Amino acid sequence: MKSNVIRTRLWDVSFSISNYFLLSLITFACIYPFYYIFIYSLSDPIAAGGGLVFWPKGLNFDNYRRLLELPNISSSFVVSVLRTVIGTILTVFCCTLFAYIVTKRELPFRKFIYRFVVITLYLNAGLIPWYLTMKSLGLKNNFLLYVIPGAIVGFYVILIKTFIEQLPAALEESAMIDGAGYFTIFIKIIFFLSLPIIATIAVFAAVTQWNTWQDNFFLVSDPKLQTVQMVLYNYLNQVQSIANMTIQELNRGEAARQITPQAVRMTMTMIVTIPILFVYPFLQRYFVKGLMLGAVKG
Amino acid sequence: MFNKPMLTKSRLNLLLMAVPFLVLVFLFNYLPLFGWVYAFFDYKPGIPLSQTEFVGLKFFTLTFHDGGEMLNVLKNTLAMSFLGIVTTPLPLIFAILLSEVKNGKFKKFVQTTTTLPNFISWFIVFSLFFSIFSVEGLLNTILMKLHIISEPTNILGNREAVWYVQTAVSVWKGIGWGAIIYLAAIAGIDQELYDAAKVDGAGRFQMIMNVTVPGLMPTYIVLLLLGISNMLSNGFDQYFVFHNPLVAEKIEVLDYYVYRIGIATNDYAYATAIGISKTAVSITLLFTVNFISKKIRGESII
Repeated sequence: MKSNVIRTRLWDVSFSISNYFLLSLITFACIYPFYYIFIYSLSDPIAAGGGLVFWPKGLNFDNYRRLLELPNISSSFVVSVLRTVIGTILTVFCCTLFAYIVTKRELPFRKFIYRFVVITLYLNAGLIPWYLTMKSLGLKNNFLLYVIPGAIVGFYVILIKTFIEQLPAALEESAMIDGAGYFTIFIKIIFFLSLPIIATIAVFAAVTQWNTWQDNFFLVSDPKLQTVQMVLYNYLNQVQSIANMTIQELNRGEAARQITPQAVRMTMTMIVTIPILFVYPFLQRYFVKGLMLGAVKG
Repeated sequence: MFNKPMLTKSRLNLLLMAVPFLVLVFLFNYLPLFGWVYAFFDYKPGIPLSQTEFVGLKFFTLTFHDGGEMLNVLKNTLAMSFLGIVTTPLPLIFAILLSEVKNGKFKKFVQTTTTLPNFISWFIVFSLFFSIFSVEGLLNTILMKLHIISEPTNILGNREAVWYVQTAVSVWKGIGWGAIIYLAAIAGIDQELYDAAKVDGAGRFQMIMNVTVPGLMPTYIVLLLLGISNMLSNGFDQYFVFHNPLVAEKIEVLDYYVYRIGIATNDYAYATAIGISKTAVSITLLFTVNFISKKIRGESII
């Protein structure tokens, strides 16, 4: 009996140790590539070319300073921030208001209207029809292409509707008696009561906006409307003449510290990743909770 | 009597509020569906559709006659989807291992860091992998310095390995995110089941096998079935960013093929026809899988 207990105990401890080891390994694999790019972007490009593993070589912010001075990078950053902010606000507002309208039993054709939107989860016309439709709607080389098509997302509508339905009805009814209209009730009551789910949707929408590049790639050639993702793509594909021009421009007149294509690539990658890292704590806090709220009925 | 007109007016208001959103949904989700007509015409960009010839199902049958190209694309698509399905237990195993950790801080740290790759764009994923696995990348630099290899190996340009490399990339990006749903399911397992198992003298491993794993099975089966129904749509982004001439033949999946045919060679009609066929197969698979789920579990998944 006793030896059995000891054996179980031994097994437990060795399981724990190997488990911690394995999980640490997976964590390392997930986080190290980001760290590597980070230290590379902070290193002297020539020294970094010789190899880095854990610490930057010749620590400095030159790569960032010089890259951010470039007009196409700073303008793409502005475009990406604008599409993220405007797109997120629009998506959150439209999806929440629409979800609220659909929860109202007195809405005519309520079932049909809700299904009309939910079915879009399974609808996909394909690349070419999408491309031609956007073009014919005049969204080619148009900033609105970034923000309008994503204003209503079926999945978000389901999540918000489920949330609103489980709010106490009493608050709304009392406002109704006071003669407030639907829109007033939405702005003054529903919106604030729904803040937990709205936070979830907002971080999701923001990350999607920041990461999306297909609309830019297929339909926007105007250099003033390029997003950071597309600029990063141009650096990843050195064939693009813009990328080569930039590197020449960066090196002009500064013989002392040459910048290399790798350094430009790494630094640009960091510039695109940093905003995600910035909202990540919020993502962490809200997404699990938010998803579980929705999954109850989903 | 007095209330009735008021009521209709407010109901009408409500409907009017919904209309702008319905218009948006129609424009961006339903209108593109009308673009499917292009598949039935010999459409060339620049010429209005009314002046082009109606060719019926020509482009649909072309799918079967375009030499080995389509066959190769289907082979790549199915091979990588199959490898993807083979790796579906990994997030489940990862979630179980994570739930066995007693230290809350470590657990949270692991969960936070492993979900991060899910939230970055494919360009960043490519940039990260490129900086480590390319010819001039970190791995080759280290291996050369340690004299383990004398010539750098091009992992991202290895034709034979590309299916496995892409599967590994998908696992890297998705494992943490995929584990979240299982962690939630584990939290939902009745604690009494564990207590009962303990009374019966079950060890840690036996509890995992006899309580946790069966508790996760319903969730796993749903995700597995959805994965099977998505077999033809392994996405465009990943294969687009990792595409290079060395691996082109082995990495080209259906979604990429539609892009190449449609945008790169401007063959709108054929690309649309492939897209429609793909959607038709996917929907059939989805309903089949849903039917199977209903039969076996008495629950539908969509």
